[in-house]
Amino acid sequence: MRLEELYEEAQVLSTSKLRDEIVQHLYERSHQLCHEGISYTKSKRDTRTDKLDAIFTSPIFGFPIMITMLGVLFYLTIAGANIPSSMLAEFFGYLEGYLTSFFTFLHAPDWLHGVLVLGLYRGTTWVISVMLPPMAIFFPSFALLENYGYLPRVAFNMDRLFKRVGAHGKQSLTMAMGFGCNAAAVISTRIIESPRERMLAILTNNFVPCNGRWGTLIVLASLFMAANFTGGLKSLVTTGVIVGIVMFGIVVTFFVSWVLSKTALKGIPTHYTLELPPYRKPKIFDTVIRSSLTKSWSVLIRAVKVAAPAAILTWVFANVFIGDTSILMYVVEFLDPFGKLLGLDGYIMMAFILGLPANEIVLPILLMGYLSTGSLTEVDSLVDLKQIFLNHGWTWLTALNMMLFSLLHYPCGTTLLNIYKETKSKKWTFLAFLIPTIIAILVPLIITQTARMFDLL
Amino acid sequence: MRNEYRIALAGNPNTGKSTLFNALTGLRQHTGNWAGKTVSLAQGSVSFKDKTFQLIDLPGTYSLFSNSTDEEVARNYIVFEKPDVTVVVLDATSLERNLNLALQVLEMTTNVLICINLIDVAEQQGIAINERLLTNRLGVPVIKISARNKKGFPMLLDTIDRIVSGAIECHPAQMTYPDEIEAQLKKIEPKVSEFVGNHLSSRWVALRLLDGDEALLNEINKRLVPEGG
Repeated sequence: MRLEELYEEAQVLSTSKLRDEIVQHLYERSHQLCHEGISYTKSKRDTRTDKLDAIFTSPIFGFPIMITMLGVLFYLTIAGANIPSSMLAEFFGYLEGYLTSFFTFLHAPDWLHGVLVLGLYRGTTWVISVMLPPMAIFFPSFALLENYGYLPRVAFNMDRLFKRVGAHGKQSLTMAMGFGCNAAAVISTRIIESPRERMLAILTNNFVPCNGRWGTLIVLASLFMAANFTGGLKSLVTTGVIVGIVMFGIVVTFFVSWVLSKTALKGIPTHYTLELPPYRKPKIFDTVIRSSLTKSWSVLIRAVKVAAPAAILTWVFANVFIGDTSILMYVVEFLDPFGKLLGLDGYIMMAFILGLPANEIVLPILLMGYLSTGSLTEVDSLVDLKQIFLNHGWTWLTALNMMLFSLLHYPCGTTLLNIYKETKSKKWTFLAFLIPTIIAILVPLIITQTARMFDLL
Repeated sequence: MRNEYRIALAGNPNTGKSTLFNALTGLRQHTGNWAGKTVSLAQGSVSFKDKTFQLIDLPGTYSLFSNSTDEEVARNYIVFEKPDVTVVVLDATSLERNLNLALQVLEMTTNVLICINLIDVAEQQGIAINERLLTNRLGVPVIKISARNKKGFPMLLDTIDRIVSGAIECHPAQMTYPDEIEAQLKKIEPKVSEFVGNHLSSRWVALRLLDGDEALLNEINKRLVPEGG
């Protein structure tokens, strides 16, 4: 234990202003080096950055611009993803015909075709066709905004709000990461120095819908909320609903941060410096290629990795019978009363439970359950999809509740694992599971009971 | 003779460190996990002459005083994983603020290369940087590049090559602190030196002990003290 003794000795020698003196000396040395090594031939003020900052971080325009940017980003994603999504679905459906005839040709047993084609293949390709196009649009557009230098301005704007609820301004940056993937965002909270504020950022990150939940939100919003609109207007209404959902998530983030900073994580927010780098024109081509290749691809691989086993499992559950009821139906019937209380049903609850490994697979599992064959029929169009929901008694309220539950519920398995790795605490990991779950149950419960009380249906 | 070398990239956020990393490694990247902490750092390789440089993209930080996990990760990599060369990427347009980090790195390790990025933007703004003077003052190579336009890469790779082959020797300039601190250092440094040997810069460790850096203390105990010792 000699090093500890040395440490003690050093502490006796040292003074409390040592760090300040060190830092001050570093600055003086830097200043001196620059004085000798740099000469300025023009006045060096970057007036463009100043002018842009006056608009983007203005107390009046800052927030409207931010919300508009978010809306435009979502609109591009939603409107742009429609056509490629249905093209991919068509392509996979076309391939499936060949796969099936191949299995018939081999005289493969029915169960093998069931597991591999109806379970694995349909489940995975559904995830690809629903997830890939929005990702391929959202990630590159987001990366462009990031490279342009807009994100630090968002942090600047949001800082006041975060401070008011006792959290750290940089939390808005980790929140922004959450749009892509909550698991990655939990790691990104490392930029927050204070452990208390970092914990707040970790515990609330889940209230930003990640890429895995986009698919669910977009599909449900366009089917049930924008049902009476067509064409461009439909995408616009869908976007409006999604922006509303995201805003609600942010409100919940603030609320939970506020409650926690008054109770379990007491304290005042620490000061920090936020650098506003100059705006730089991003290398558009490089950024687009890189983010669509690396980011989308890695998220997709992960989605497929978890979708494949889940798809097989669901198929098996639906096709193994005890008596004359499948395992799947036992589970559904068990969960149904609770689901109904929240304006959902047993199938939806089951889908969320089986979807713990990844949010991407919640909707596919739900559909498999509804079709109760444990496999997706070829859903050629969203109209067919809506019919399946309507056949199971869905209304706009069911859709709204499912969207809210999806937004608010417990983080996915990967995120929980990362939370455990980052906090090294079972207690906080459990809280990260518990807090969202309670909120996800309360909100639909209140909405449903209120709607029923006023006979809104 | 080995021909694979590890090159760590350090720098402030927004200095184009990742742009440089991406431009050099292209798509030859993967994420590696490092001992001690479950940390993933982006890694990629670049070939130069007969050598392969493994580039490690450290988290962007403003200092290395282990305030945040990011700073700890970057700091631990530089001092404990001992890359063959640590490249410090600086933003030419805000050199004064960026040099702080470079000065800190110079205290920690020997083979350092200072890479001044965004030189094209700086020139547009009328900022002229005398890199020879800085090389002399800092005791390590200082070169200018523009990662966005892929300018200055041959020079950068050649300088890395000459550092690892020993053609260039780095003698990083050490900061001189006020007499009071220097006197404290003099008392404690010989004892630290006995303890850390050649593994770490004893002056730097002594400075951190005076600063009360307990996180570093734990890290040294974990990594340098043999099991049960």
